[in-house]
Amino acid sequence: MLSIKGLKIAVENKIILHDLDLEVGAGEVHAIMGPNGSGKSTLAHVLAGRDGYDVTEGDIIYDGKNLLEMNVEQRARKGIFLAMQYPVELPGVSTLSFLKASVNAMRSSIGEQELDAVAFMKLIRSKAKLVGMDEDILKRPINTGFSGGEKKRNEIFQMALLEPRLAILDETDSGLDIDALRVVADGVNSLRADDRGMILITHYQRLLKYIEPDFVHVLAGGRIVKSGDKTLAQELENRGYSWLEAESAA
Amino acid sequence: MGASTHELDALLQGKYPAGFSTDIETDTLAPGLDEQTIRAISAKKNEPAYMLDWRLKAYAHWTGMETPTWAHVHYTPIDYQAISYYAAPKSSADRPGSLDEVDPEILETYNKLGIPLEEQNRLAGVAVDAVFDSVSVATTFRQQLADAGVIFCSISEAIQQYPELLKQYLGSVVSYTDNFYASLNAAVFTDGTFVYVPKGVRCPMELSTYFRINTEKTGQFERTLIIADEGSYVSYLEGCTAPMRDENQLHAAVVELVALEDAQIKYATVQNWYPGDEEGRGGIYNFVTKRGDCRGDRSHISWTQMETGSAITWKYPSCILRGDDSVGEFYSVAVTRGRQQADTGTKMIHLGRNTRSTIVSKGISAGRAQNTYRGLVRMSRRADNARNHTQCDSLLLGDRCAAHTFPYIEVSNPSAKLEHEATTSKIGEDQLFYCRQRGLSEEEAVYMIVNGFCKEVFNELPMEFAVEAQKLLNVSMEGAVG
Repeated sequence: MLSIKGLKIAVENKIILHDLDLEVGAGEVHAIMGPNGSGKSTLAHVLAGRDGYDVTEGDIIYDGKNLLEMNVEQRARKGIFLAMQYPVELPGVSTLSFLKASVNAMRSSIGEQELDAVAFMKLIRSKAKLVGMDEDILKRPINTGFSGGEKKRNEIFQMALLEPRLAILDETDSGLDIDALRVVADGVNSLRADDRGMILITHYQRLLKYIEPDFVHVLAGGRIVKSGDKTLAQELENRGYSWLEAESAA
Repeated sequence: MGASTHELDALLQGKYPAGFSTDIETDTLAPGLDEQTIRAISAKKNEPAYMLDWRLKAYAHWTGMETPTWAHVHYTPIDYQAISYYAAPKSSADRPGSLDEVDPEILETYNKLGIPLEEQNRLAGVAVDAVFDSVSVATTFRQQLADAGVIFCSISEAIQQYPELLKQYLGSVVSYTDNFYASLNAAVFTDGTFVYVPKGVRCPMELSTYFRINTEKTGQFERTLIIADEGSYVSYLEGCTAPMRDENQLHAAVVELVALEDAQIKYATVQNWYPGDEEGRGGIYNFVTKRGDCRGDRSHISWTQMETGSAITWKYPSCILRGDDSVGEFYSVAVTRGRQQADTGTKMIHLGRNTRSTIVSKGISAGRAQNTYRGLVRMSRRADNARNHTQCDSLLLGDRCAAHTFPYIEVSNPSAKLEHEATTSKIGEDQLFYCRQRGLSEEEAVYMIVNGFCKEVFNELPMEFAVEAQKLLNVSMEGAVG
């Protein structure tokens, strides 16, 4: 589904990612872990197509197509979803009208009819139930005045609504208390599917107690320094990142 | 990083769909202004002597006045001798008695603008007075309103038919000596709208005036007077457009509102005069004096405005809170792009006890536009426990535009309470990225963010007009995405 080969990324001439290779197949959940500043969020933003990153070398192939030729909204409409680390506030924009515009933009891009208000609300209700989203919050301006937990839950809710092919969760666990973490994890688990790939970007191992990844990769100094199965996460929990950073520097 | 300035600019270089002109014969006075011009206007309108006297006094006063220069706007001085002060469609020489007699070309103009005057196509529950160049060409729903005792007609008719009301109220809020443009207006005003709502009557429908400047080299000087008698209620909306022309046209209107005891007036404006082209050629100079007098206790006046047009806007809809417990409100969205300049805001003059005022101003600037909020809140000595809340938010799109805020506060009573909040923000790259990541195009994202920014003000507009205002906002942001 997603194939990253020899990716090199620079921001303002400073190289952030070096020769990064990653293969994500349909139905797989990959965790990308690493210390602060290792380039995890850069990878998430580059996959979503955010401006400000120079791809100096390498390729990203997504469903057989060159992802780097698509802009942000084209990628989104092809099923790439990024649950953001810091979901932004849009003052005055009601959550419902934002979601309706989003759902309909996706639908019309693939030639499906836009949903009317009734069909849309039906969809909203069924998905809200799925991730335990309080319907009252949907009437408020999106993310405006939301608590950290509400913002993250809203991201998972949108993921459920848009049913992406490839979901990237950028530090969705950061800043959440244990109850909120569990809610988010339950939401993610319920969206695991054979035709959906997921990339979980996280600093801590604790999220992986609730979401069991198929693969764990450690990103340090802009490279993937180690890959393994879920036991690698446990090892990181016990030993920290420094031994890997030392190993890769050697 | 992110959406570059030229992409945003492209987005904002919208079209001006109201820019067509109508080819009809007009009866136009030759350009120039002297006492004879005023006598000619008055004679054309067959006015009683009291009106002519008032006009001449205003003109005499105006000739001794100087153009005000304190506003944050720049333009070549206006040659007042180069303007024609009267233009009327020929077919209205005798004002049409019914819509069937209105020139079909004019009806078509209003249809194209989305303001159908034929009652079978009417805007549901909205009575419309249509002012074309210098004269009112049609007023709808007159009978239904008359049944409720509401007078809704052109001010020219009111001058003839209701001289007592006119003598009592005309110029009682904005006198003919008030300011340069108000004095000019008093001397040469040609038409406008008159509304009187009797005691205890709730006006059964929204009232609306639609102003259209068509003829070249004319100015539009209309005058609106709305009187809400004790315990009455009226909601009124005005809309404005003009064809695209290379030269600047002058619009210097005066609006006077009088609210007596327990009366409420809601006044909304959707102003879309031609703003000029990208280089600043052409466009309307909009120098307008609007003032409401909360004359009675517990009276309530609110101004809501959506300003997207005009090359220059100079306008401060204000409230004089004379009655005790009276309330004044000002809600404004001002959009400037290209080379537009807006200097707009309000004055809240608290004279009575327990008077309250609210100001919410949203300025949006793009291109090379200059957007200024200028507001005065004055608490007089007698205004015990007066309160004001002011909120001024500016949104900048691109990096060549500017927003300015000039709040003036004068407090002479220690029990007064004032709050002032001001913010300036840009549409963030992170906001655009968030929207686009959810599948919206950059253009859709900008619409959504800007509409959200204006929402608080749109909520104050009557439903039909809130939709229109939103559409207008989108049109004024329209353009190809780079």
